[in-house]
Parts: sequence; structure tokens; C-alpha cells
Amino acid sequence: MSEHIAITIDDQKIKTRRGEKLLWVALDNDIYIPHLCAIKGEKRPNASCRLCFVEIEGHNQPVTACTREVEEGMVVATRSPRVDRLVKTGFELLLSDHNLKCRECPANKNCSLQVIARKRGLKLKRDRFKPLEREFELDDSPAEFAFDRSRCVLCGQCIWADRVEAGVGAIGFTNRGIDRVVTTFNDLPLADSICTECKLCVDVCPVGALYYKKDQKA
Amino acid sequence: MNKTDPQEIYEKIKEEARSWVDARQEKPLVMVGTATCGLAAGALQVKEDFLKEIENKGLDAEVIEVGCIGHCYAEPLAIIAKPGFPPVCYGHLDDGLVHRLVEDFLAGDDPSYEYAMAALERNDEFPTFEDFPRGVYEEKLILEHCGFTDFSKIESYVARDGYSALAKALSGDPGLVLEEVKEANLRGRGGAGFPAGKKWEACLNNGEDEKYIICNGDEGDPGAFMDRSVLESDPHLVLEGMILCAYAVGAKQGYLYIRAEYPRAVEHTRKAIEQAREKGFLGSSILGTDFSFDLEVFQGSGAFICGEATALVNSMEGRTGMPESRPPRLVQQGFRGKPTVLNNVKTFAYVPLIIGRGAEWFKGIGNPESPGTAVFSLVGKINNTGLVEVPMGTTLRQLIEEVGDGLPEGSAFKAVQIGGPSGGCLPESSLDVPIDFDSLHEAGAIMGSGGLVVMDQEDCMVSVARFFLEFTQHESCGKCTFCRLGTKHMLDILTDITRGEGDLQTLQFLKELSEDVRDGSLCNLGRTAPNPVLTTLRYFYDEYRAHVEEGRCPALVCRDLILYYIKPSKCSKLCNVCVGSCPTEAIYTRDDGLKAIDQEKCVKCDNCRKACPTEYDAVLRLSPPVLPDEKERKAK
Repeated sequence: MSEHIAITIDDQKIKTRRGEKLLWVALDNDIYIPHLCAIKGEKRPNASCRLCFVEIEGHNQPVTACTREVEEGMVVATRSPRVDRLVKTGFELLLSDHNLKCRECPANKNCSLQVIARKRGLKLKRDRFKPLEREFELDDSPAEFAFDRSRCVLCGQCIWADRVEAGVGAIGFTNRGIDRVVTTFNDLPLADSICTECKLCVDVCPVGALYYKKDQKA
Repeated sequence: MNKTDPQEIYEKIKEEARSWVDARQEKPLVMVGTATCGLAAGALQVKEDFLKEIENKGLDAEVIEVGCIGHCYAEPLAIIAKPGFPPVCYGHLDDGLVHRLVEDFLAGDDPSYEYAMAALERNDEFPTFEDFPRGVYEEKLILEHCGFTDFSKIESYVARDGYSALAKALSGDPGLVLEEVKEANLRGRGGAGFPAGKKWEACLNNGEDEKYIICNGDEGDPGAFMDRSVLESDPHLVLEGMILCAYAVGAKQGYLYIRAEYPRAVEHTRKAIEQAREKGFLGSSILGTDFSFDLEVFQGSGAFICGEATALVNSMEGRTGMPESRPPRLVQQGFRGKPTVLNNVKTFAYVPLIIGRGAEWFKGIGNPESPGTAVFSLVGKINNTGLVEVPMGTTLRQLIEEVGDGLPEGSAFKAVQIGGPSGGCLPESSLDVPIDFDSLHEAGAIMGSGGLVVMDQEDCMVSVARFFLEFTQHESCGKCTFCRLGTKHMLDILTDITRGEGDLQTLQFLKELSEDVRDGSLCNLGRTAPNPVLTTLRYFYDEYRAHVEEGRCPALVCRDLILYYIKPSKCSKLCNVCVGSCPTEAIYTRDDGLKAIDQEKCVKCDNCRKACPTEYDAVLRLSPPVLPDEKERKAK
């Protein structure tokens, strides 16, 4: 029984296994696709950041690579005018709700948003969208790290680390729509919650929302 | 082995039901429409009045509650069935009219036709609903008995051959049910129009032993109340459809997901399930066969997004009602990870009719690609609001002008919003579009769940788009980037436009952003939310332009773009009405006795314009909000 299949991404022939998700196959083969919320071990991807759009031959619309299982003979293009347009809008939407003071951010030069901007030639500026400029209280209650929601992109990486890897369950998404945030039960400061301060969540944060206090810029 | 024949068992149950119904018909029966719409209009008081009057007169007549009769504009409604007369429907009931009907009709023998709306059976004395233009265009399949049947008694349903389709199906192979539904090309009435047969087949072929059937009764569109009415008025029709589906796909358990804001639908459905169990139509060994299936009601808790299939399942499993990416589809991996058929209330309601009367009969109604009927809740600037059912292929014009009896006098048609907040606004030029899944989609609207709002010259299309977007933005679950942030920015831009802010570039950006939200969102809430914006931009672009280029709202609706002005040449010294109507004391009397408005104090509530007697009509709304020059303002 052959589990091995062949697909093509951006004219590159790739051997992979049936059942794999397209996004990881591409990334494992050094083909970049923007992504924030994708988690390798997760069976049912969140598919919430909406940045990993690609074109697949036979599909009349761009599809998200994180949700798509590879199929024998699949032909994929990571770039197209339609893909670029969606990624640009999705990216700018996230920036419209993101604290853009990069110089003050502990994740500066180590930030997934900056990577996306560089790889896709996008600006870290708000050209088309007005900033939503929402105010959040900084949670610096843990001993070694802090949580600044004004930088959070709601990717859910921290929640996965907290629940699945650490097995704690201190944080989760709450509220609906534009008010959606990552928080603890009853909105307690992290130090007052069941958080064990294992810091796995800090390590997976793709931006500077969860950061080590030692990295904080003055 | 002694094999029992389900048909035989059924015939016995039906016979009992028939004699029960016949016995009831021996004396006068008053049926008061007490669906939610009727209750809101005061139906319970009407019922009380009937009971009191009947008691006062010492008459032997029964008063029962029935569901939605469909003529919302004439609520409260009641039907009086007296032996020797055709059953007659009366509308706009109050205590005086009830008194009169009891005295003249129930005690006497005068049906008081001068107060009647229509008879329900053909007769020589009074026209029936079918004789009205609405009746000519309407074809009632799933609404046929809504409002005319006692929803609280399973006997009423069984006596008119209810559950006979089930008995028929159980005598044959489950495959026949599936074949018939596939052959009938029944398309899902939740809005997307996916063929039900295909869905069922995919579920059947999944191989898993455990399967589920779910009825989506989470109807949440503003202004839509079709599913509620069907569940409230004829719940057994939906149950029978679900049982047939379960038989076809081999499911043992099903759920009706009904929103908690529909307490009557929940109550009636629960009662119907109990009665169906008692009669052996539900539970183990249905009608003596080895087929077992049971149903339960699951109450949703008010999130619009829970009407989305994957969010609905999440909420049933105890998680936050938020959508998941698909595939896997529900038929592959649904409730509790098992293959699940999820269909709308109306989709299930067609099934007993298709099985009972055959796929050919069903295909004879509507058009080939969209057979059957479409159910709409007709609201807005239209004479006959209500719940209507027309064959697919009926044009919007027929629906509005004939079935809904057109717009009220003085109103000119401007647009029809079809398909709820996920639908689109179509202009006059689209009125000859036939109503079916594909034609509406082409025109930019969707069938949706069937809300239909008629709008006239006094409705601002920018405000309408903003209204619907405000709804979807509020109901966005916030999971994905495009819907969470995209609809928020769209709403902000639309709000700016209603204030006259922006330019043509703003409109272009709004269009592009709408397209991106449509193409980029995770689920159908976000994917369809831009529809009202895209269709109004497409069909009413000039109105958007007037807002941003001239600061003018042509429909005189957007408050920031209008002001109120009392025209001196029309105002009368002899009248003071507007002064008292103003909540902010913005209206003062000039030296010459005429009235004028202090613009600083005016909150544009429209009270003065409504209060000003029609013979003067002196209060005007001006847009752009610029006062006439001083000479005219000071004129006498």
C-alpha cells in the first residue's frame, strides 16, 4: 500500500504522504506560505488567520493551505493576483488592530508579522484601514513574562501550548466578534489564575503579545 | 413468524383519529390563530373573549388554538367552523366583533359575511382565499394546514393522512425513500439549495453505524419567521420528514435545534414528539417494524452564528458556537464525530409530501432546477404582510404586486431585500427575475431562509446596507480575520458614508473590501455578509455618490445629511401642533406667529413633521442640510 504521493508546488515536484496538510508539506520543503494560527499537531485546523491562501488547480477560488489535505497530482501555486490580494487585505486587517510601535516591541525583528511583510513585500503601515486603536490593560502579573493584548493577533498558539502541551488550561478565547480576546477564566490576572507560569505560551507567541520581561525595551 | 404490516397498524390509528375529528366537528368550533405573531396582536384576549361570550350565551361550542394562518396584516384572526356552514375566517378581531360573531353566527345563523375575510371551503355564498389574487399565485404545500389544524392534537394530523407516508415507506426498502427524494431534486431550504438527496446519500454511504439527523430550526434572520410558524403550527409534518430521513440513512437518534427565543415552537414540538411516541411513530419498533428512531429538542441560546452547520454542532456538543473549516462536512464527521444529516425545518417538511405523493408530483411544481415551492415572510412596505408560499419560478413582481397586493398608496417601489442579512437588495429592473436558487444568485441576492423586505422611496439604500451589516457585524463570532475585522471596517466606512464623509475612492475601497471579506472569510456568515453592501453598490451606486459627493441623502433618511425646516409660506398662525410634539423645545413662535425650528436644539426626531396637519404640510426635510436664504426664511 503506497502512502507516498507526488504533488507540485510552484513548479517544484514534491514527494509526500497522503493525509498531510498542504501548508506543512510546503513549509517542510522550504516553500513559504504566510501563516499565524496553524499548529502542526492539530487535527482540525483553526483556519482563523486566513493568510495561507494558495491556488489549487481545479478550484475556482483560493483555498487555505492549512485545511487542505494533499492529493496525488495536486498542482499548487502559492502566489497569484487573487492570493496576493486576499493576503494583503487579511494582513492589513490584522495590522489595523495591532499595536504598530515595533521599536518598542520585544518581538521586533523576531515577529511573524514582520516575516510576512518581508516575504510578501507588504508594508508594516496602515494605508487603507483606519486604526481601531483599542486600549487594553497590560497584564504583567507573572514573574517573568507579561501579556500585552494590543499586540495579540488571536492566532491561538498560546492556548494550544497551555492546554495541549502544558495541560493546564489557564487561558482561552472569550467574547464574540470584535471583542474576542485571549484571557483567563473570569478575566483574572494570569498570576491569580491557575496559570503555572511554565512559559510555553510565551515561547510560541508569533508576535510580541506574550513576552519575557527581560526582553522588554525600555 | 408473525410479521406485522405497518400500513395495517397505521390504518387503525388513522381510523381512531378520524372518528375523534368527526366527533369534534359535530359542534361549532372556533379556531383562534395563536402563533407568536397572533399572540403579539392579542390573540389570547380574543380567545378569552370567545370563551366568555360563549359561556354567557350558554352555547355548546369549542374554542381551540391553531397556528399561523398566514395573514399577519389582519391579526388577530380566527376561523369559525359551524356544521351547516363553510368554515369562515375573520380578521382584525376585537371584543366587539367577537361579541357580534358569537351572537349572530354561533347563537344565530348569520355568518356575518360583512366581517369575514374568506371561506375555507368552496361554497355558493362567499369567496375563498383561493379566489383572491394571492390565492391564484399561492400554492401551499408545507403551509397547507398551518393555521387550519389543531397543532396540539396528533389526531388532527393523522386524520388528514399524516404519517401515512411513513407507513408507506416502512412497508418498503429504505433505499426507496432516498431514491424518491433524490428523484424529486429537493433542494435544501436553509438557503444554499444543496440537494437533500445527495446529502442523505453521502451520509448513508459513510459506513459508520451511528448516525444523526438534525433539524436546523435556528432561524435568526431579522424579519424571517417561516420556520417558527411551521414548527408552531404543524410540527408533525417536520417530525414525519425527519423520521423518513432517519429511515433512509439508518439513523437512530435525531435532534431539533430550535432557538430558545421560540418558546412556542419548542413547546409544540416537544408535545408533538411525545404524542408521536405514544402512537408508535417514534421510539423503538416504529409501527411494528424493527426500525427505531427517537427525537429530542435542543434549545439554542441566541447566537445567529449557530445556524451555521458546524457552529450548531459545536454548540450542541457543549462548546462555543463557532464555525469550523470544512471539509470534513457534517455527513462525513458531524455530531459527536458521526455522519450527520442537517437540514432546515422546511426541507424536512417537504419530505412526507414527496414520499406520499411521489417525486413526479413534486417536480410538476416550480421549475426543473428548483422544484417545489418557496416560502417567504413578506414584510416592509407592502399591503399584505404575511407568510406566503409560491411555486418556484414565480417572479418577484408577481410576489410583490399580486400576492402581497403591492405597496401602500403613496409608496413607490424602490428595492426588495431578499434573503435576510446574507441576501441582497434588488431594484425595479430585477423584478422579473424568477424566484429560484440559481436566478436569485445570479442577480446578486440569495434565496436565504426566505425573508423578503419591500422598500420604497423613503428607504435609504446606504442605511439599509448599514443596517444589515450592523447585524452581521454584531453577530460575527470573531474567529476569523476577515469577518471579525473586515465587517467592522465595512461598518465604519458605511457609517462614514451616511454622514457624507468619504469620496468615490471610499466607495471603490468599500467594494474591494466587501469582495475580500466575501472570498476570504471562514464560514458563510462572513462570506455572505457583504451581499447587502455589494448589491446596493451595484444597483444603487448613484445614491452612494449623492452621499459622498453632495452630502445629500436622496431618501432623506441619514440624519447627518438632513435638517428640518418649517416653510413659512405653508405654516399657519392658527396652528400650534408641532410645538407640543417637539421633545427638545426646538420649535418657537416667530414674531409673526409662524413657527420655526432652532437648529441647535433640533434632534431630528421627525415628530413635528408627523404632527403637522396634512393641509399645511409645512415641515420639510432638506438634504443637503442647508437652510434656505434669509429672505425666504423670513418670508410670511
